[in-house]
Amino acid sequence: MTAEIGYAMTAVALGLALYGSAACAIGARTNRPVLIQSAQHAAIGTFVLIVAAMLLLVYAFLTFDFSVRYVAINTNRGTPFYYRITALWGALEGSIILWSAMLSLYTLLIIVRYRSRQAEFYPWVLSVMLGILTFFLLVMTIPAPPFERLAPIPPDGRGLNPLLEDTGMITHPVALYLGFTGFTVPFAFAMAALITGRTGDEWMRVTRRWTIVAWYFLSLGLLIGGWWSYHVLGWGGYWAWDPVENAAFMPWLTGTAFLHSVMIQERRHILKLWNLTLIILTFGLTIFGTFLTRSGILSSVHSFTQGSIGAFFLGFIALVLLGAFGLVAARGDRLRAEGKLDSIVSRESAFLLNNLFLVAAAFTVFFGTIFPLLSEAIRGVKVSVGAPFFNLVNIPIFLALIFLMGVGPLIAWRRASRDNLRRNFLAPVGAGILAAGVFRLLGVANALALTCLSLVVFVAATIVLDFYRATGARLRTGERLLPAMGGLLMRQNRRYGGFVVHLGILVVALGVTGSQAWSIQTETTLRRGEALQIGQYNVRFDGLAASEESNHFKVTGTFTVANNGRALAVMTPAKKFYPQEQTPIAAVDYLMGLREDLYLVLGDFARDGSQATVKVQLNRFVTLIWIGGFILTLGAALAILPEPRKT
Amino acid sequence: MSHRGKFLLGGAVILGALGYLVYAGVSQSVVYFVTPSELQAQPVPGKAYRLGGLVAPGSLKWEARSLDLSFVLSDGKTSVPVRHKGTPPDLFAEGRGAVVEGTWSGEGYFKASLIMAKHSEEYKAPHGNEAQAGYKELLNTLKGPGTR
Repeated sequence: MTAEIGYAMTAVALGLALYGSAACAIGARTNRPVLIQSAQHAAIGTFVLIVAAMLLLVYAFLTFDFSVRYVAINTNRGTPFYYRITALWGALEGSIILWSAMLSLYTLLIIVRYRSRQAEFYPWVLSVMLGILTFFLLVMTIPAPPFERLAPIPPDGRGLNPLLEDTGMITHPVALYLGFTGFTVPFAFAMAALITGRTGDEWMRVTRRWTIVAWYFLSLGLLIGGWWSYHVLGWGGYWAWDPVENAAFMPWLTGTAFLHSVMIQERRHILKLWNLTLIILTFGLTIFGTFLTRSGILSSVHSFTQGSIGAFFLGFIALVLLGAFGLVAARGDRLRAEGKLDSIVSRESAFLLNNLFLVAAAFTVFFGTIFPLLSEAIRGVKVSVGAPFFNLVNIPIFLALIFLMGVGPLIAWRRASRDNLRRNFLAPVGAGILAAGVFRLLGVANALALTCLSLVVFVAATIVLDFYRATGARLRTGERLLPAMGGLLMRQNRRYGGFVVHLGILVVALGVTGSQAWSIQTETTLRRGEALQIGQYNVRFDGLAASEESNHFKVTGTFTVANNGRALAVMTPAKKFYPQEQTPIAAVDYLMGLREDLYLVLGDFARDGSQATVKVQLNRFVTLIWIGGFILTLGAALAILPEPRKT
Repeated sequence: MSHRGKFLLGGAVILGALGYLVYAGVSQSVVYFVTPSELQAQPVPGKAYRLGGLVAPGSLKWEARSLDLSFVLSDGKTSVPVRHKGTPPDLFAEGRGAVVEGTWSGEGYFKASLIMAKHSEEYKAPHGNEAQAGYKELLNTLKGPGTR
C-alpha cells in the first residue's frame, strides 16, 4: 500500500503545483485576486503533500518496507537507524523528493512573507516557483518515481552505499540542496521583474538576503562535502575536481559574482542586463548540477545513480534558458544603464573584474567538466580532464580574485584619487611585500605559495586597516572599545559580514596553499612490531583484529604512534567489507592538528595478520580549511541579519 | 581613447589571456585514453596516457615489502608491460579489466602513477554468496591465535 499512497500523493501534488502556477499567472494577468488566493492554497497543499510523501518514505525505510523498490535498493536490515533515515537522499529518487521539499518550503516562506507585500511581483514569483516545482514533481511522477513498487518483495534489501554511512552525508545534501533551491527565489523575482516590466533595482533589493541565504547554504554544502571527502574517501584530499564537485562549484562561482555585482547596480544603476544574466545562469547551473550528479551521465565517485531522466533535465534547462533570455530580450529597451563607468581605477571596475574572473572560473570549470563528453561525442576520442587542467587554469584566476578582494571594498567609487589609493593601500601593499620577504627568509621557496601568502597578508591588512579606522571613528564619539567594535559589526552588518566572509576565505586559501605545498606521504608494508618514520612521528604496526558489525565485517589495524619519542596515540585505520560491495571500503583514522594531520589508511594485509601495507600522510594545514569555512559561514550569517534602520 | 574603448580593450586582453590559459591547459593536461595496440603503434615518451586493457594471466607480480607492482596489460592483439609503485586496488586481479594512468618510459614499459580496477555494475545478491564465505574465513584467520 505504501507505494500506492506515496505515488498518489506525488501525483496530486503535481496537479496542484501545475494548477497553482497557471492560476497565479492568469490571476495576475486578469487582475483576479481570487485566483491568486486559490493558487496560494494549492501551493500550501503541495507543500503538505510533499512533506507527507517524504515522511512516508522515511517510515518505509524505518520499517524495512521492501515492497518499495527505492527502500529495497538503499537499505537492508543491518543499516543503522540514523542512516535508514538519511538513506532517503542516498540516491536519485529520494534526492528529488528532498529537492522538492526544500523548494516548496521556500515557496511557503515566500507566501508567508510577501502575500500582502510586493503586490506586483508576488503572483508572478509564486507562479514561477510553482512552475519549477511542477518540473520536479513531474520527474518524481514519470522518470524517477521514489514510490515504485517492487514485486516479489525481497526478504532483505541491498543496502545503502557504504560511503554514505557517515555524518557528513547526513548534512551535506540538505545544506547543498537548501543552497541550490535557495537561488530559485532571486531567479523567480528576476523573472517577475521582467514579466511586469518593473526592471529597476527593486527585485534585487527584495531578494538580497535570500541570495545570501542560498549562498550560505551552498557554501556550507561545499565545505561539508570537502570534509566528507577528506575523512571518508581515504585519499587524503578534500577537493578532486570531480565532475560532481564541479557541478556544485559552478553555481557557487556565478552566485558569488551575482552577490557582488548587485551592489554595483544598487549604487550606480548599471549592469542591469549583467545581473539578470548572472542569476539566470546561476539558477540554470543548479539544475545542470543536479542533472550531472543524478543522471549518471558521468561516471565518478559521486555518480552513484543511473537513470533515464537526462532528457527531462536537458529539456527543462533548455526551456528555462530560452524562456528567461527570451524575456530579457523582450525587455531589452528597459535594461539600459542609467549611469556609466567613469574610470578604470574605481570600485566599479574592481567589482567588474571580480565578476569577470568569477564567471571565467565558472566557465573553465564547465568546459573542463564537459570536455570529455564533447570529445567523445564529436571526435570519438576518449580523454580525461583531471586536476592538472583545473589547477593550471584556476590558480591564476583565484590569485587575481584574492587580490581584488583586497582592492574592491576600499577603493573609491567612480574614480579613485591618488590620495584615496595612498591612504587605503600603501600600508597593506607594504605589509604584503614585507610578508613575502619574511616568509622567504623563513624558508618558503615555493613561488606559488609565496605569492598566495603575500596576497593573503595584503588583503588581511586592508580589512584590519578598515576595521581599525572605523572603530577609531566610533571611539572618538565617546564609545568604548568593545561596544564600538560590536556596534560596527551589528549596525553595518552587511559590510562587515562581507569582511568576515573574506577573512574566512583567506584562511581557507592558507589551508589550501599549505596543504598543497607541504603535505608529505609514504606507503610501506610493515611486519608486526615494525615501525616507519614520517616527519617527527614514529608509526609502529602492532597487529590486526577482525570484527563483525551490524552490516559489515571489519578488519582493524592497530598502530602505535610516538611524537619525537613520546607516546602519542594508538590509531586504528580499518577496512570494511560490505556484502553488497565488490571492494572493501577504507575507514581512515587520523589525528587532527592545527599544523598537521597524521592520516593513516590501511591497505593490503596478510590474512594471518603478520604484515600490513599502510599509507601514511602528513597533511599540513588542512584544518585551516575547516576553520576558514566556519568563519565564512559566520560572516554570511552576520550579513543575513536584517540591516538596522538608518536613523 | 574613450573610456569605453579602454574598458573594451582591457576586457579583451583579459579574455584573451584566459582563453590562452584554457588552450594551454587542454593541450598540456588532457589525458588521452589508448589501448595497448594504439600505444605500441606510436608511443611518445613522457606524454601522459590512460591505458586500458586486461591484466594478462600469469603476468602479475607484487612485492609487498618494496611495493613494486608489475603486470602486462593486453587488448588481445598487443600487450604493454606496466610498472607501478604502490598497493594494487582491491578489485585488481589477473584476467580483469584495469585502466592505468601514467607515461611511456621509453625503456619498453609503461610507468603507471595511478591504477584503477574496473568495477562491474551488476547487482549482487546481498547474502549467502561466496564473498560472504570468504569474509567468514578471513574473520576466523584473524581471530585465531597470534593476533593481539
